[in-house]
Amino acid sequence: MSEQTVLYDVPGPRTLRRQRIGTVVALVLIAGLLAVAIQRLASRGQFDPELWEPWLNPAADDFASVWELVGRGLLATMIAASLAIVLSLVVGVGLGVARMMSGRYGRIPVVGFIELFRGLPVIITIVYVWRASAELGIPIRLLPGENALWYLVIGLTLYNSVIVAEILRAGVASLPRGQGEAGRAIGLTEGQVMRSILLPQAFRTMLPALISQLVVVLKDTSLAAVIGFGYFELLRRGQQIYQILDNPIQTLFFVGTIFIVINYALSKLAVSVERRLSVSGSTSRTGADAAGETAG
Amino acid sequence: MSPVIDNLDLYWSGFLTSLEFIVYSLIGSMILGTVIAAFRVSPIPALRAFGSAWVTLIRNCPLTIVLFFMGFGLPELGINYSFFFFGVTGLVIYTSAFVCEALRSGINAVDAGQAEAARAIGLTFSQTMSEVVLPQAFRSAVPPLGSVQIAMFKNSAVAGAFGIGGDLFSVGKNLTSAQGYSYIPVLTGVAIGYLIITLSAGACLALIERKVAIAR
Repeated sequence: MSEQTVLYDVPGPRTLRRQRIGTVVALVLIAGLLAVAIQRLASRGQFDPELWEPWLNPAADDFASVWELVGRGLLATMIAASLAIVLSLVVGVGLGVARMMSGRYGRIPVVGFIELFRGLPVIITIVYVWRASAELGIPIRLLPGENALWYLVIGLTLYNSVIVAEILRAGVASLPRGQGEAGRAIGLTEGQVMRSILLPQAFRTMLPALISQLVVVLKDTSLAAVIGFGYFELLRRGQQIYQILDNPIQTLFFVGTIFIVINYALSKLAVSVERRLSVSGSTSRTGADAAGETAG
Repeated sequence: MSPVIDNLDLYWSGFLTSLEFIVYSLIGSMILGTVIAAFRVSPIPALRAFGSAWVTLIRNCPLTIVLFFMGFGLPELGINYSFFFFGVTGLVIYTSAFVCEALRSGINAVDAGQAEAARAIGLTFSQTMSEVVLPQAFRSAVPPLGSVQIAMFKNSAVAGAFGIGGDLFSVGKNLTSAQGYSYIPVLTGVAIGYLIITLSAGACLALIERKVAIAR
C-alpha cells in the first residue's frame, strides 16, 4: 500500500494505542464470528469424525474411493479446461485478426458475433449448445470423447474466444503506432505487418491475461454440475461423494479448497509472468491490476 | 418463434424476477464490497488480513461452489431460507470480492502526488480521503466496477439454473421440460432476455464512463 504511508503520519503513541485497541476489537469480533460458526457446526454434529474421515484418514473405508473419484473429477476438469482454453486461443486470434483487418462493413458480422457471445451468460451458451446440437442433429459424437465434454468445451470456447479476441485487440492497440507505420514504410503488406510485427508483440503482453482467463475457464467447468448433463468434472464428483456419504459441508470444503489452491497458483503465475514481461514498460489493463496486487 | 410469442407473459414475469434478483444482488454486493475494501486499506492489520483472505478465497472459488454451499451446506446447519434468498446471498458474497478489487484498483490509480499534496497543505487523513483521493478513485473505479457488475448480471443465470425459481432460466426450463416445447425457440427467447439486460447495461456503462472519464 504505497498510499498508506502518504495518507497518514507515522503514528504517535496515542494513535498507536488506539490502533492497538482497534486490533484487539477486530480480533475479538473475528474470533467471535469463528466461534459462532464452530459452535453451530458442532451443535449439528458436523465435527463427527465419520463425516471427515473419508477425506482425511487413509485407514477409513471410503478414503481410497473418495480420492479416486476426486482424481478422476480433477482430470475431467483439466481436460475440459485445457481443451477450452486452447480452442479459445485459436478461434479468438482468428476473430481478433478478422475484426482488425476487415473493412468497415466486413467487420459487422465479427463484431456482432463478439457482442452476442460476450453478452450471453456462459451457462446459457452451454445449455444452448447442448440442446440445439441434439435438436439439429449435429454429430457431436464424431468428436473424440464423451458428448457432454464437447457441449461444455464448445460452450466455453464460444464465450472465451470472444474474450481472447478482445484481449488481442487491446494488446495490438497498446503497441506504439510507429510499429505498424514502420512495417508499411518498408513495403510490407497489411497481412505481413499483422503477422510479423504486431501479433508477435501483442502475444507477449497477452500471456498474463491468458493465464488469468484460464482461472475463469477452470471455474466455469464446474457449471457442468449445475446444468447436469452428465459430465463428471470435479464438482459433479463431489456431489456424487456427498450423496453417498451424506457430508455436503465437508465435501464442498475439500472440493472448494482444491479449486482455490489451483486457481491461486495460476493467478500468482500470471502476476509473475506479467512482471517478467513488463521490462519493456508496456502496460496493459492487467498490468495495472497486477501492480495493485503486488502493492497490497 | 411461436413458443416465445405464445408465452410472452411468462417470459415477462421471468424477466422481472431476474431483474429483481439482479437489483438485490447489485445493492448487496456494492455494500459488502465497499466494506471489504475499507477493511483492506484500514490501518488495523487484523482487518486488512481478513479483507485480503476474503478476496483471495472467494475470487479463486467457483460461484457454483458458493451456491452449492448455500443450498446444500447451510440446511445441514439448520439454516433454511428460500433458494431466492440463498441465491442472492451467494451471488453477493461472490461478487463482493470483485467489487472490492475494483474499488482498490481505483484507489491505487490515484497518483501518490495527489495525497502527498493534500497532506502537504495540512489536510487530515479523513480530509485527504474524502476531498482528494476518493472522488478521483471513484472516477477511475467506474469502468472496472461496471464490468464486475455486468459479469454479475450474467452470473445471475447460474443462480437461476440452480433453482431460485420463476426467473428467465426457470421459465425456459419449465417451457421445455414440463410443457414440451422444443428447445431452440425457447432458449433463444431466454437468451434474448439476458441480452436485453447485459447489452443495455453495457450501453449505460459506456454513457456513465464518458461522463466521469478523466484525461490522465
